[in-house]
Formats: sequence, C-alpha cells, structure tokens
Amino acid sequence: MAKVSAKKTPMREQPPKERIHNYDEVPFGYSPEEAILEAQRCIQCKKPGCIAGCPVEIDIPGFIKHIAEKNFKEGINLLKEQNILPAVCGRVCPQEEQCEKVCVIGVKNEPVAIGRLERFLADWEREQGEIEIPPKPKPSRKKVAIVGVGPAGITVAADVVRWGHKVDMFEALHQPGGVLVYGIPEFRLPKEIVFREIDYLRKLGVRLFTDSVIGMVKSIDELLKEYHAIFLGTGAGLPWFLEVPGENLNGIYSANEYLTRANLMKAYLFPKYKTPIVKGKRVVTVGGGNVAMDCARTALRLGAEKSVIVYRRTRKEMPARDEEIHHAEEEGVIFQFLSNPAAFHGDKRNWVREVECIRMKLGEPDDSGRRRPVPIPDANFRMPIDVAIIAIGNSPNPLIPSTTPDIETGKWGNIIADPETGKTSKKGVFAGGDVATGAATVILAMGAGKKAARGIDEFLQTGVW
Amino acid sequence: MPNLKKHSMTEIIERKQLVPNVHTCTIHAPDIAKKALPGQFIIIIPDEYSERTPITIADWDKKAGTVTFVFLEIGSSTHRLAEMQPGDKIYSCTGPLGQPFKLDKYGTVALVGGCYGIGGIYHAAKALKKLGNKVISFSEARSKFLLYWNEKLEEASNEVRYATTDGSKGIKGHAWDLLQQNLKEKEKINYIIAIGCTFMMYKVAEVTEPYGIPTIVSMNPVMIDGTGMCGACRIVVDNQTKFACVDGPHFDAHKIDWNIIMSRRKAYLEEEIISQER
Repeated sequence: MAKVSAKKTPMREQPPKERIHNYDEVPFGYSPEEAILEAQRCIQCKKPGCIAGCPVEIDIPGFIKHIAEKNFKEGINLLKEQNILPAVCGRVCPQEEQCEKVCVIGVKNEPVAIGRLERFLADWEREQGEIEIPPKPKPSRKKVAIVGVGPAGITVAADVVRWGHKVDMFEALHQPGGVLVYGIPEFRLPKEIVFREIDYLRKLGVRLFTDSVIGMVKSIDELLKEYHAIFLGTGAGLPWFLEVPGENLNGIYSANEYLTRANLMKAYLFPKYKTPIVKGKRVVTVGGGNVAMDCARTALRLGAEKSVIVYRRTRKEMPARDEEIHHAEEEGVIFQFLSNPAAFHGDKRNWVREVECIRMKLGEPDDSGRRRPVPIPDANFRMPIDVAIIAIGNSPNPLIPSTTPDIETGKWGNIIADPETGKTSKKGVFAGGDVATGAATVILAMGAGKKAARGIDEFLQTGVW
Repeated sequence: MPNLKKHSMTEIIERKQLVPNVHTCTIHAPDIAKKALPGQFIIIIPDEYSERTPITIADWDKKAGTVTFVFLEIGSSTHRLAEMQPGDKIYSCTGPLGQPFKLDKYGTVALVGGCYGIGGIYHAAKALKKLGNKVISFSEARSKFLLYWNEKLEEASNEVRYATTDGSKGIKGHAWDLLQQNLKEKEKINYIIAIGCTFMMYKVAEVTEPYGIPTIVSMNPVMIDGTGMCGACRIVVDNQTKFACVDGPHFDAHKIDWNIIMSRRKAYLEEEIISQER
C-alpha cells in the first residue's frame, strides 16, 4: 500500500475575487479521480471511531471503500441507508467536530475528507439522472403528520415512510426545506439540491403541504384526530435582538430576515424577484456563528464595499466552523473582535448611520467553558454603517407551544422531548431538532429525527406511551 | 428544479375592482375559512416572483370554503394580484395569521375604516353587533366614488357615518375629524377599532387619547414570514418590541411608538419604484 498522503486531497473552488460577485456555490466538489484518491487515504480501521462520531451513524468506512473501488452506486446506496440528505450533510455538517475529529489518520495528518466524499457520492448520483426508488413497503395503515419541513422533519419522514407508514408534511412557508432554504445561502448550499432531496421523499409517497401554519390553520389536537402520531420539527425561529437603543432603526435586520429576504425570497435577483433588501456599502454583522458568516458573505455578494463582523470575544471562541471563517476571511470580511454594540445611531429619517460599540476583554471562563467577555469602561468607539445584521441566535418558535397549552416547555420556550425517543408530554406527539434543543446544527436535528422516527415506529406498533 | 409547490396553489373565484385601486378578491381556501376570526390576516404571494404580502381578511364562508379580502393596489405584488382573474391560481396563500380582535360587549363601539380597512372593519361590525354592542362605523375616502361596501356596512352596523375630503358624501373632512366632532358633542363611545392607512390610525389615536377611550389599531408593517421568525414587522408598544405578525396585528393605539412604525413602513420606497419600473 502506498504511503498515505499527509493532507486531504484539495477541493477546487471559485477564487474569492470572482465568487464575491456571484451566488454560485464556492467549492466545486471532487471529480471521480479525486474522490478515489481521497478514499484511498482511509485505512478501513477494524474499530472505526468515525461511525460513532456521526449523529446518524453512517457506515463511513463502508461507503468510502466503495468509492475507493469505484463502486459509486453501491456507495450511495449504503450511505442513504442512514442518511436521507447526503448532498446537504456533505456540505454543511461540522465534520471537523464529528466523524473527522475521531479519524485515526487525523492523529498525525489531516483526517480523511469524509464530508467531501459524502458530497461526492450524492452529487454523482444526481448527475446520473433518475434516482432509484426503492420498492414500496407493506402499508401499516398508520398515519404520521410532520410539522415543519426542515432537517429534523425530513429525516423522520424518510424513515417512517420506508417502514410503511403514511406521511403528510406541513410547512409554514411557501417552500419546504426550513433553514436549508430560508437560511443557508445558495453559495453554500444550492437550493436545487434541497428540493431534489425533498422531491425524492415525495416519490417515496410522502405528501407535502406548504403554506400551512400548524397552530393557526389546524391545532395539534385536530391533527391528532387525523393522524396516529405527530412529529414537531418547527425549528428555532424566534430571533434574538441585542435590546440596545436604536435597534428598530431602518436598515437593521435580524439574521433571519436578512437571509430570508436574500435566499428564500431571492432578493439577490431583485427586481426580477420583487422582495427588496437594503444593499448597504458598509454592513456590520453582529455575532460569531455560521449564520453570522453567511450574513457577512451575503452582504459582499449584494455589493457591500465593507463587510464587518463584530464579535464580543476572539477568533478562538467563535462558534462558526473553521471552513466558514476561512471562506469569510478569504473574501475580505473584516473581523472586529472584542467588541459589542451598545447602541445604533440614526439620521432624521430613522435610517441607521452608526454603530456604537463597547470594547471588551476576556475574563474568567463561563458555563460554556469560553472566556467571558468583560466591557472596558470609557472605550466606546463608533463605526459608520448603512446596514446592521443581528446574528446572535434564535429561540424555539413559540407558535406551537402557545397554541398547545398541554405541551410541556422548558425555560427557553423549547418543547421538552425525550432525547432518545422524541416523546413529549403529550401522548402521540414527538418533537426534535432546534425546537427541542434550541438552535444547533443541521446534523444534530437529523440525529434527533432518526431517534424520533424509531420512537414513532415503536409507538405505532405498540401503542405504549 | 422539481416543482414542489404545485399542490398548494389557491384558486381565485372572483376578483374585481371596487373603486379605483381598491379590489376585492374571493379565493377557494376551505381550511382558512374554517378557522378565520375577525381581525386576522393572510399572506399572499400572487406569483413566483412576488413578495409575501399580508392582507386583512374581510369575510369568509365556511360552507362554501371561500375567503374574501379587500386590497389596495399599491406595490408590484398587489399590482400583479389586481391583474389576476377568476380561475387563476395564486402561488401561495397562508393563514389565518395573527391574533383575532378581542370582541366583547363594550356598549357603543366605533369602527373606523379607510381604504382597504373599510373591508377590514366589516366582519368586526357584524360580530360586535351580534354581541349586543351599538356599532357605529365610520367609512372614509377622498370622494364618494371611492367609498365601497356602503350597503354591506350599513347592514352590519347600527349606523354608518361617512367622511370624504371633498365633501361629496357625509361630512367634508376625515373620519377622525368626524369622530372628534362627535366626541366634543359628548357622544358616549366605549371602544374604538381603526383599520386603514397608518396616518389615519395615528390621527384616530390622537383624537381619542384625551378622552381615554380604549382604541385598538390594526398595524400593517412590512412582514415576511408572518410566523414570528424574522422580526421585520417589529414595532414598539409600551416601550417593548413586539412582532405585529404574532403578537398583533392589533395594539393599544395610545401605547404605540408611531414614529417607528411610520419610518419602518417607508423603508423600501425607493426599491418599490425600481420594482414597478421593470
């Protein structure tokens, strides 16, 4: 066997100077040759850590072996046994925190590029044209309603439909996909990929109802009359604001609003698409997560000359993935660390003109283990801006809890659900993903969906709560 | 790209111009008709390219499964809606959304409607009258030929008072002028609801505040999702930020920061002009 290369096979991508002028995806993905080369770096451990490192327990060495042997068809089939959204996960999963973190190769070298290989197989299958539909399972005569067509709900649907249950999905917005569609930008996750994966569910027999705000058009109790079980995957859709003076000035967006305008409503194609977005020359994004990176990079593509991220700690504490921070830096996003807005100042017409920031220093570690930012007195500074985006997080959307009084919620408004089965305090109702845990990642929502699907199946078979 | 929308389109049963720039539209939406309550709204996207447009529900028929709304043709998306004909499919229609009016027996209730709000107060008038209130509706427009649903409103209310800026029907002036005159003449009004353009609602609030009459206005800020997800529709009430889509759209008119709502509503005027030119 040839010596394992120390580094991951590089993935070609659009040069930063070009890509900030378009909305096309940044990395191009592997060619079959590159994928095979990378797959050969996997040493097929007897006791692979990567499988346990994956929230949905994909047989990672298994699919990589198929790639190395050029059996792409077998590879994708094996991959899809555990993961309904490989094209999505291959792009947006934090692999460096999960499967790749525990890869043995990674001890001395760069780990095997598991995410890139996953993406390769999914993209390869899509390019082959018609996707194979598995034979229809024996019908169970049980019906399941899924509320919220995001990563958690999609995962539940994929499993329970394969086990013979009838599945109807309800989405509040006019397009399915949840955060994959309204939140994650096109240049990071092309929407066509998401829609194709959902279309695949439809081909498996899942019915999709968009424009359906459950809690308003139908209550959970009404759904329980029609369905044997319900899964709530309504996500973390309540944006946090800083609660500082001037935050309601024009030109200040929540990350949700900014990204929804840009992505779901396609404001980047304005005026062909009629939803406008303020295209400021100087845009400041507040926050240090992946969502903040998405906002700052979107601002550049909308024509910002200066896109600044204001974060109250340092680069080391930023919760965003390294890859996202790296892409943002390459594209020219400016990072203003150890700063936090204290106020926004506007003009006579109530448009934001300046952000006033407090300077911070790092103190003792807090509950999250990260060093707490402490304000430095009398060190405020101001920056001229045209647009501000508040990307400091979201709480679970309160619409379902507020219209379903007998469902138990936690102190953040999250629906309390058993992490192993997804069971809530209300018989027949399961929940998972951000609505239960608070804002987390796509793959964790999918992991919760996997477990809830098993919980639902068991309940449908036994009736035991 | 696969079309994932095709099963959720909404058919137009009727669409006609009531008066210049104001249209009524009836759609087949049985699920919404079943749940609608006075004061709630829907979000319409006329075609794939349009904005998500919040519109107050004016009437509904549970048996027929229809929902009727009145809208002002003002931007490119409502312009597109105004072009649509019976049989056409609306790309997206979501609802009912928002909190309904808190309807109770208040005594004498004044309902003030202007523009699309004349349609907006219609169902509240019916419901409040049924609860035993004396319902006085105020209907206002620039001129007589811009008033609509006069007979419907007269049937739904105990009395309808008209105000036109040119004096062609009712008093010469605005509904708030008439309301002020009535209150000065010591008419006893226990509760007021106003729906229409922001300036009208602001003026109504200004008129009623010295008299301490509870006044509810139906806020119409820019919205996107309508489920509390984006915060575009945030307004300040009693020094607290509220989302009009889920906390409202009805708020205590005397506690609203009018300055913020007025400027936030105008945020996209330039873009609207560009959008209409293409």
